[in-house]
Amino acid sequence: MTHKIKIKGISEGLLVTVGEGEWPEIRQSLLDQIQAQADFFSGANLTLNVGEHEIKAADLGSLRDQISEKGIMLRGVISKSARTEENAKTLGLATHFDRPQPERSGKAFDTSVSGDDAILVQRTLRSGNNISYPGHVIILGDVNPGAEILAGGNVIVWGRLRGTVHAGASGDESAQVCALELAPTQLRIAETISITPPSKKKLHPEVAHLKEGQVVAEVWDLHKTKK
Amino acid sequence: MAGKVLTITSGKGGVGKTTITANLGVALASHNQKVVCIDGDIGLRNLDVVLGLENRIVYDIVDVVEGRCKLRQAMIRDKRIEGLFLIPAAQTRDKTAVSPSDMIRVCDELRPDFDWIIVDSPAGIERGFRNAIAPADHVLVVTNPEVSAVRDADRIIGIVEAEEKGPARLIINRIDPVMVERGDMISTEDIVELLAIELIGIIPEDSEVIISTNRGMPIALNGKSKAGQALQNIARRVTGETVPFLELSHQGGFIRQLGKIFSSGGSKNE
Repeated sequence: MTHKIKIKGISEGLLVTVGEGEWPEIRQSLLDQIQAQADFFSGANLTLNVGEHEIKAADLGSLRDQISEKGIMLRGVISKSARTEENAKTLGLATHFDRPQPERSGKAFDTSVSGDDAILVQRTLRSGNNISYPGHVIILGDVNPGAEILAGGNVIVWGRLRGTVHAGASGDESAQVCALELAPTQLRIAETISITPPSKKKLHPEVAHLKEGQVVAEVWDLHKTKK
Repeated sequence: MAGKVLTITSGKGGVGKTTITANLGVALASHNQKVVCIDGDIGLRNLDVVLGLENRIVYDIVDVVEGRCKLRQAMIRDKRIEGLFLIPAAQTRDKTAVSPSDMIRVCDELRPDFDWIIVDSPAGIERGFRNAIAPADHVLVVTNPEVSAVRDADRIIGIVEAEEKGPARLIINRIDPVMVERGDMISTEDIVELLAIELIGIIPEDSEVIISTNRGMPIALNGKSKAGQALQNIARRVTGETVPFLELSHQGGFIRQLGKIFSSGGSKNE
């Protein structure tokens, strides 16, 4: 095959880029390739990048019909030639991608990270409410005095924590309790119990954890590197 | 008329539910609304005493529920204010004499004839409270500026939300602006921040309330009293009016203001 035809999978389907040469020959070799790999192309949405080639509307139309017989839909035609683009538009074909096509090649790294079991509670826990969960507990709201949280893992409160909280309830001493305002009535991590010292209003997010058998609450510092 | 059921509740006892119920009844009736107050505190009835109608009780709500009388026969008309009625609780029975569905039925029967049906809830979160909120369209939660009262209010609000009777609105009763300024009392802001519901009224501490309660003359009838004004304002807010909150901070009076000026050298206020 003398005429280079590149095929690439894109989010819109397949992108077929043709090389230099005489258009009728390229056209034929494209059809030949489709014929040769009918199974691969069947059902595909095809976008054709014809580069500089100037193609008549009738030619584009017949190409579209020919490939549609193979079960392929010609979605669009990308061209550097204004005339070709105009003709493609006349035929109702797309002439650009819905979003810019990143010029990226190569295989992506596997970036997914597996997490732990947790529940998300999207409400304020009022006095008398309680949450008990073997995994981590995340509260999107306040935890008022008189409310209780019992978690096997960590407890994260995106709000004010003023109730009773027990993290690492099954004995996990590495459990942490984080809150935007950490002022629990009582805080337990594993077997260790602590109470919040009476103080002025806390305005900083804090993280409580065990350090040498003592519960330590530290202001969460954006600039400090966490372990 | 399609009457609305307004339930006054608190969780904790002694925060002023009955006094507020009586006064909202008086205030709404004085705004030409037709009002009936129902005492939900079966076995420990008080609303009749606060309204000064104790000596006119013949039948009570348990008699109605158990079919010994017609609803109309249990309603006591207040002769001082046009359009105010009371359905008293029984003193000799307990909360189990009435069920939540009984309350819904009684209230539904009253709706066509009244603008407002105010239910005075007993303290606690048991049967009496369940009875009181079962028919509610609106719930007003009363609290005092005390940690225990606020804690109970929080619990109540949670139950009201769970029962989908909300959103409850908040009345803070017996606030003492002088004590708040000294930092000896929880402030309105702190209470509202914790409970996170709409505030519908702040009633200042006022010794006149005790006098009027003992005499069975609701304070809302007394235009000079700050507490009476605050209660009148709550009644107007209940009907949907927008009423600014009373300015309470100048309660200390002229001498205190002077004191403030003279001591302003070193102290920082606000």
